[in-house]
Amino acid sequence: MNHLHNEIKKLKSSFIEMLDLIKIQVVNSNQSLIKFDKDLAGEVVFNEKRVNAFELKIDKDCESIFALFNPVANDLRFVLSTLKSNSNLERMGDNAEGIAAFVLDLDSAFHPDIIKELELDRMSNICIDMLENVKLAYANDDTESARELFEKDEELNSLNNKANQLISKYILENPENIDNLLRLLILVRKIERTGDLIKSIAEEIIFYVEANVIRHGKNTIKGVN
Amino acid sequence: MYKIETKGLNTFYGKTQVLKSISLSIEANTVTSFIGPSGCGKSTLLRCFNRMNDIVQNFHMNGSITIDGRDIYREKIDVIAHRKKVGMVFQKANPFPMSIYENVAYGLRVNNIKHQKFLDETVEKSLRMAALWDEVKDSLHKAAVNLSVGQQQRLCIARALAVEPSIVLMDEPASALDPISTAKIEELIYELKKKYTILVVTHNMQQAARISDKTAFIYMGELIEFDDTKKLFTAPKSEQTENYITGRFG
Repeated sequence: MNHLHNEIKKLKSSFIEMLDLIKIQVVNSNQSLIKFDKDLAGEVVFNEKRVNAFELKIDKDCESIFALFNPVANDLRFVLSTLKSNSNLERMGDNAEGIAAFVLDLDSAFHPDIIKELELDRMSNICIDMLENVKLAYANDDTESARELFEKDEELNSLNNKANQLISKYILENPENIDNLLRLLILVRKIERTGDLIKSIAEEIIFYVEANVIRHGKNTIKGVN
Repeated sequence: MYKIETKGLNTFYGKTQVLKSISLSIEANTVTSFIGPSGCGKSTLLRCFNRMNDIVQNFHMNGSITIDGRDIYREKIDVIAHRKKVGMVFQKANPFPMSIYENVAYGLRVNNIKHQKFLDETVEKSLRMAALWDEVKDSLHKAAVNLSVGQQQRLCIARALAVEPSIVLMDEPASALDPISTAKIEELIYELKKKYTILVVTHNMQQAARISDKTAFIYMGELIEFDDTKKLFTAPKSEQTENYITGRFG
């Protein structure tokens, strides 16, 4: 293994470590919302600094590889994809922090019936499952597993759509509670957005392994524009 | 019509086959880089285009090479006149032991051109095209060997351009140069392609990526991949190319 490939291996390990950190943030923020656990929410907000520092470190590592090794072909694609996926992870961290900060601001918990009806637990589990799978796909350059994530994202999207309808119904029935319900809508969207960001990472994995761009509906076969 | 075309080109030194069935087409006014590990045959291929291999003992070939539609090995061509059309620059700058002016005018003089004004104009034009004029215009009659190595290499390019070739072959033209001189040669290649078709053999992959429109990867005498440089360096079709350019072998 040459110097460049050692650096790439280190970058991969760092990214996986960042993924683990984000997974903890997502689990804790979602649980803090579902269980109205302010301690957990506080922990998420505190750890956001670590997420930001990790993002900067990975950015810097990518920068160094570009500057010092001029990677090409699959090495170039890998570093580019990791750089972009790093931003996606950081945004997931922001979403988790956003949820936690909201929980810290809340005076009282949402009614358990709403939480149950919105299937927030299920949405959260899908997100965590997706994070686990994207980690495996990235670690093993496994595009088949990466593609499986698209379906899971669809599932999240439909739960989000369902949540929109339910919250609309709740707003009509409880107009005095509109502020909190609208905020809840934003939180559900944040969870759903995490799924979108994981899907983007899955697309990047497919790009670096197969040289195949599938973003924005593009499906370029390797070597053909 | 392509500027250069090779079809099923096989070359041999005695019984040893060096190039195996090379077929490629090169458009005019482009830069094509040939990359591959040492001994893969890229310099042999380059030297086929100006028939420099003819002077190598036991060299023989089959297949065809056409330049501007003419088969340069089958049709009766004047090899000396052909080499005027296909100039060559080597790895090591090789100025003649004479003045800067005479180095550039050399090709014209051996072609019996004596008209002083024409010689002066051609020397200036060639030195300008080689981006050397401003540096040497006040010392044209000083010995060329006193120039820096980078300047000597640009002088050799000026000498090749003076006889008005349409193709310029460059065999690792910047491998012995410092980064500043290398950058000047690369800039020059970029400028020269407006007027010439340029073929470059290089071991420097980043140089190939920077300067060429097309890149050919040759391995053990075979043309593994020939494609747009951008494509070859971002998403090569062949795994062998990918392994070579990423440094996994070679």
